[in-house]
Amino acid sequence: MIAVLIFLAIVFSIGGWWLSRQRLMSKPWLEPGFAGVAPGTEAINLPANKVGLGVFLAVVGALFALFISAYFMRTELPDWRNIPMPRIIWLNTGLLVLASAALHCAVVAVRAKQLRALKLDLLACIATTLMFLFGQGMAWETLTAEGYFATSSPAYSFFLMLTGVHGIHIIGGLFVLTRTTRHAWTQTNNAALRASTELCATYWHFMLLVWCVVVVVLAGWANDFVDICRQLLPLG
Amino acid sequence: MVNMVDASPQVAENISAAEVPEVELYHPKSYWTKYIFSQDAKVIAIQYSGTAIAIGLVALVLSWLIRLQLGFPGTFDFITPEAYYQFITMHGMIMVVYLLTALFLGGFGNYLIPLMVGARDMVFPYANMLSFWIYLLAVLVLVVSFFAPGGPTGAGWTLYPPQAIMSGTPGGQQMGIILMLVSLILFIIGFTMGGLNYVVTVLQGRTRGMTLMRMPLTVWGIFTATVMALLAFPALIVAAVMMLFDRLLSTSFFMPALVEFGEQLEYGGGSPILFQHLFWFFGHPEVYIVALPAFGIVSDLISTHARKNIFGYRMMVWAIVGIGAMSFIVWAHHMYVSGMDPYFGFFFATTTLIIAVPTAIKVYNWVLTLWRGDIHLNVPMLFAIGFIVTFVNGGLTGLFLGNVVVDVPLSDTMFVVAHFHMVMGVAPIMVIMGAIYHWYPKVTGRMTIDWMGRFHFWVTFVGSYLIFFPMHYVGLVGVPRRYPELGDATFVTDSLHTLNAFISVAALIVGFAQLVFLFNLFWSLRHGKEAGGNPWRATTLEWQTSETPPIHGNFGKELPIVYRWSYDYSVPGAPEDFIAQNDPGPTKEEAAR
Repeated sequence: MIAVLIFLAIVFSIGGWWLSRQRLMSKPWLEPGFAGVAPGTEAINLPANKVGLGVFLAVVGALFALFISAYFMRTELPDWRNIPMPRIIWLNTGLLVLASAALHCAVVAVRAKQLRALKLDLLACIATTLMFLFGQGMAWETLTAEGYFATSSPAYSFFLMLTGVHGIHIIGGLFVLTRTTRHAWTQTNNAALRASTELCATYWHFMLLVWCVVVVVLAGWANDFVDICRQLLPLG
Repeated sequence: MVNMVDASPQVAENISAAEVPEVELYHPKSYWTKYIFSQDAKVIAIQYSGTAIAIGLVALVLSWLIRLQLGFPGTFDFITPEAYYQFITMHGMIMVVYLLTALFLGGFGNYLIPLMVGARDMVFPYANMLSFWIYLLAVLVLVVSFFAPGGPTGAGWTLYPPQAIMSGTPGGQQMGIILMLVSLILFIIGFTMGGLNYVVTVLQGRTRGMTLMRMPLTVWGIFTATVMALLAFPALIVAAVMMLFDRLLSTSFFMPALVEFGEQLEYGGGSPILFQHLFWFFGHPEVYIVALPAFGIVSDLISTHARKNIFGYRMMVWAIVGIGAMSFIVWAHHMYVSGMDPYFGFFFATTTLIIAVPTAIKVYNWVLTLWRGDIHLNVPMLFAIGFIVTFVNGGLTGLFLGNVVVDVPLSDTMFVVAHFHMVMGVAPIMVIMGAIYHWYPKVTGRMTIDWMGRFHFWVTFVGSYLIFFPMHYVGLVGVPRRYPELGDATFVTDSLHTLNAFISVAALIVGFAQLVFLFNLFWSLRHGKEAGGNPWRATTLEWQTSETPPIHGNFGKELPIVYRWSYDYSVPGAPEDFIAQNDPGPTKEEAAR
């Protein structure tokens, strides 16, 4: 459970830092009438949907941290055999980087009110993301062709599951991105379009980060680090 | 007297408007959008509560069947060993997940958060509505499993592999376990949609003046429990997905090499302990996901009905946050008997004992709030006091079980069943009952029938002790749990059989008392006394709405401004024994006079 404990430590640190700025030491029973910092809620000065996305990403992060924890615990068992990473994974990673970059450009464009550039960037993101998903399917097929099956190889089972769950999250994001793209053609409200584009970009950057972590784990690059953690904390 | 700081200017652009024109207040016109596909958190709360109580009644009937078998073994032919395992599995899962979690967070969370923080609604009403419908779908999938070939799963509520998906377990190789796992996954997806709403509404939706340290402890409890649930439920989803893979694709995440009826199964190399880690990483925080809202609600009930400010408000807030954080590092105390590194066990025994400290602080603070209070023994207060006593009893046996050496001999006995029913069954349900009696006047505009409420309390309270106190003894004698019949073991004396029958009769009576409660709720809808807006003379914002029951938008055109904390009861010099949170109090001139 090392991965999820590290993840929780990060989340709790952020939460603790935020709470420490919420006057938890105050004595509210002695402060009638004092309404705090105007306008008096001490809420985070961000739109609710951005805060909501942040909370949602923490949930998604916890989900992947738990999958990765399970992965490392399963690798300790004697029947574990690593599988080779299909070479197309590197191409797929590049495609997801491009998708994320395209959305970054889309944010720049929408802030500069360059609608034409925005449309192009959004379309580029959708195209590269679809290619990424197609590439993931090809990676599954490559491993199956090499004789790896879910029943016989736990490493392949994890490969299927981790890439599958990541893919489902990308597909979910694509629905929202498609709606944003449609709005780019139909909507005149720049503020709403900008908010929507920024949310999509944040989500894509986060899913790219998750994918990078998944690749590092599946490629075995994190094994030494996990071994050190296991010696420090015998928590699986 | 008061330090009046103008709380109305709109400095931050992301705070909702204090006042809106009538046209911006959304009032659904059709029956469908008002009562069925409603985006109003209050309607969604009632939908959640109704569904949770309905499925809870199924769990109640299952508990009767369990007790009939244990009290009178061999009397009822239809209760086969397989059926018994299905009953205990479904009873446990329904109570923990589909009733307690859904009712506290989906029911009370939806109704109380927007009203108590002074918001018009949840911040994402559409997702909130979806949350309920997905929850309902999860419940329906669970119900369908009763009618599926082979019936529901009988794996025990913890669904431990490998037996959960073996042919010897009811529903293991049929649809039972699949439907259970799918239902859990749906529940978590639905909850996540609702949970995002609860958290972000508390973070961003508070009205002017409502700082975090002015929030009622009910909101603190629900908020912290929701954050925990958002982080803990993914562990259950991971376990469920991996078990579905094992069951449907024959992977070996959890399944070791097995021989069944002389035949080698295709599984091999998996770890059942891995499942246990994932399950309890969800399962232990789940205890506090249920307990923290209960802690918060009971604090408000005690303060209101004792007419006294809550003792140690700051400490109560810190304790809620501390318990929430610590509950993530105690999970393996459920796995002492699974075998573990002794240092590992020592670590978890220590954290388990440490988490009792903030919990004990809360108990002391409740008692000190009652101390010299103007205690009104209304029905909600009776349930609140019943909760404190029960929680202390259940908590103390938890300290026994938190120690490895005591837990190992007791772990598989009825002692554990008695412990967790006291601490996680009776105690939070006491709070739920008290909370329903407390907020029913706000939800319906009517009071409940008082004598029925008192009858309900006394039968439930005394009856619960008649059930679970003897059950501790039954466990200490050595009666194992999970056994549908005790057979001819030498330690099972005639008197033990008599005691088991006594417990079963008490359980039946307590169960029937809940029907009185339901009757009271329905009867009072028409025949209850008019409640008025604030029958308990409480301080928090939900009691200050212009209309009762509150209409959509909660507060009309103008949101309230909060000037004080939630517990200004019996303030010296105040004209009444409470000052509402939105009451600015006397001006400087008035105070000077």
